[in-house]
Formats: sequence, C-alpha cells, structure tokens
Amino acid sequence: MTSPKTNAGLISKSFAVFAKDIRLELRSRYALNAILMFGITTLAVVSFSLGQSNLPPHLMAALFWVVMFFSAVAGLAQVFIREEETGTILALKLAAAAEPVYLGKLLFNFFLLTVMVTVITPLFFIFTDAQVVGIAAFSAVLILGVIGLCSATTLVAAIIAKASVKGALFAVLSFPILVPLLLTLVQATQKLFDNGAFDAVMTEMQFLLAYAVVMTTGSILLFKYVWQE
Amino acid sequence: MTGVIIFSYSTPPPQKIIGEASRIFYFHIPQAWICVIAFTMSMIYSIRYLKTRNIVFDDRAYEAARLGFLFCILATITGSIFAKITWGSFWNWDPRETSIFILLLIYGAYFALRGAIEVEEKRAALASVYAIFAFITVPFLIFVLPRIVPSLHPADSVVDSNLKFTMGATVRMIFFTSLAVFTAIFFWIFNLARRLHHINRLMLESED
Repeated sequence: MTSPKTNAGLISKSFAVFAKDIRLELRSRYALNAILMFGITTLAVVSFSLGQSNLPPHLMAALFWVVMFFSAVAGLAQVFIREEETGTILALKLAAAAEPVYLGKLLFNFFLLTVMVTVITPLFFIFTDAQVVGIAAFSAVLILGVIGLCSATTLVAAIIAKASVKGALFAVLSFPILVPLLLTLVQATQKLFDNGAFDAVMTEMQFLLAYAVVMTTGSILLFKYVWQE
Repeated sequence: MTGVIIFSYSTPPPQKIIGEASRIFYFHIPQAWICVIAFTMSMIYSIRYLKTRNIVFDDRAYEAARLGFLFCILATITGSIFAKITWGSFWNWDPRETSIFILLLIYGAYFALRGAIEVEEKRAALASVYAIFAFITVPFLIFVLPRIVPSLHPADSVVDSNLKFTMGATVRMIFFTSLAVFTAIFFWIFNLARRLHHINRLMLESED
C-alpha cells in the first residue's frame, strides 16, 4: 500500500504522467488526429444525409452523441496501447505507482475529449439546424458527459491494452458500460435542443455527476489489478 | 422439474385475460431470476479471485457467467414470445427488455475479452476487473431506464404494493416450486462444472 510520503506527491506525480503524455501527443498528434478526423467525417456524413431537413430534437440529440461516442472511441484507447507497443510500459511501472498512472491517463483522456468537444460541437451547430437557448446548461452537460466518458473508458483502455485484438475489443467492452451515460446524455441534450435551461436538466446533471464519481472511484480501486499484470 | 412441467400444463392458466399463453411465466420469471443470481455470483467470485489470486475462483466466475448467459438467452426468448402474445410485438424496448439486452452485451463482452487473452493469470485478472466494473453500472441502469420508457411489465405479478401475494394458492405453489427447481438446477450444473474444472486442473498438474 502507498505510504504517506507517496500520497503527498500523488497529485504532482499524476501531473507528471499527464505532462509526459501531452508531450508525446504533441509530437505525433496521433490520438488527436484520429479523434478529430473521425468526428469531422461522421459529422459531414450526417450533415450530407440530412440536407436542409429539420429534425426533431430527440433525433438531433441522438445524432450528436453518436458522433461524439464514435469519435471518442477512435482515440481513447491509445493512452495504454501506445505504452504497450513502444515497450515503455515497464519503465512507467518502475517510475510510478498505479494510482498516479491512472489519474495521469484519466487527465490526458479528459484533455483529448475536451479538445474534441470544443472542435466538434461548433461544427455540429454549423452543419445542422440545431439550436440551444441555455448555452451555460449545455456546456455543463457537455463537460459532465466528457468526464463520464473518460471515467468509464480509461480503465477499459488499460484492460484491452493487454489483450490481443485491441481496437475492436475497446468498443465492445465500453459500450455496455456507457449505455446508462449515453442514454442520460441524449435525454438531457434533447431537452436543451428543445429550448430547455438549467432547471430542465437538473436531475440528469445529478445523475451524470454521480456516474462520473462512481466510475472514477471504481476505476481507481480496480486499476492496480490491471496494472500489476 | 418434471412435476413443475406437468402441473404447469394441467392446472388452469394462471392469468384469465391472457389465457393459455400465461403458463410461460412459470418458466420465464425463474430464468430471469437465475440470470441475476449468476451475474452476482460471477462478480463475487471475481472479487474473491482478485483478493486471493486463487485460479479456482476465476473458474467459478467463468462458469457462473456461462450459465448466466445461457439462462439470459432462455429468459430473453421466452420473454420475447410472451411479449408477442400479450403486447403484440417481439421487442418493445421496455426497461426490462433493455436491461436484459445490456446484460447480454456485458456477458458477450466478458467472453470476448476472455477469448482475446492467452495467459491464464492475466485473463483471470482482467476478466475479473471487467466483471466487477460492469456490475457497478447496474444500479445506474435501474435508475435511468424506467425514466425513459414506461414499463409494460406488470409490477404486481408476484407481490402487490402491500407485499401480499397476488397469486392463487395453486399458481403460487407451482410458481415457487418452479423457482426453487430452477435454482436447484442452476446450482447443480454449476457444481458439476466446478468439479470438472477441478479435475481438469488436477490432471494438468499430474501431467506436469
């Protein structure tokens, strides 16, 4: 178990892992490119097929999160696969304990998805006729959604990095876990596309927060068993 | 089991409006019940594996999941037939249909993960972590699904809101016997599978 001394450095160590991943990512931009290209492509397909037709809010909301989910899946698994492929995982195991590694990777995935959301969301509004009145509430739902996505998928990414067929397995393993999150996100977004404000999505936001907290806690508890393998 | 089958067809149908088809509920509910038990058992054995690193617990978690998957499929099929007759279509995305669908997905993902890892200890640990992680999401499903679509499943088929039994004496007797028999069969097969695993391990050890 961790001694008090390592606990004190948990945050700084997590940030060290995070900073290292950012530096690597900025050199290759592999995960970011994958996510953004995937997002823009799916968005373009959606926009082409929609044309000028005006979809009801619930279809809009579903399309929005379908684009987000698949773009996220395209890049999120990279954090651990990269370590496995380049063989740096042993060095990382020597350098840091399980918790800072997990938190660093979680932060990095959060960073990836934040970039994705800030790029794709405006494009979505440009390409389609969707409109939101409560921009603050919409941003809050987006942020909570991003946190929820990272909290549930980072552990799955760690699991599949050890398996033999990585890419396909990631979507298969993540989807059942993400169903409650995605359903709630679609519901909240639908209300917001339908001119709702903060009050309309209060329960959904509480749910999203609870989901993120529970999944992160569960991941932190379980991650060390994955990391030891 | 034979008794349950005979009595479930020889007594009057349990529900007058639905008629003959309602006999399926003697089998459908116990199967769904086994699904939940097996999934929970699989999670408990996964936790015990991670704590003790004893491969026997992983075998048990795997067997519980396999049997659970089987009963899950049975419950889905019987439920789907029942749904066609009573609600008019095989699939309606009723909350319980959705949750059993997600349960099937989780089981499927669990087996896909196990199939993708060669080394036994690694497979055991990673599959255990996934089983536990997937189990954590179940409370969220229970909370979120009924809010999206109203349930077609009757809430009062076994007990009503005052926790009194709603079934007649005969129906109740057959139903609970069926429940007990299904549970007994599940544990019997589970035990056989567990012993088979044990013998296989002993044989492997003696070969080494």
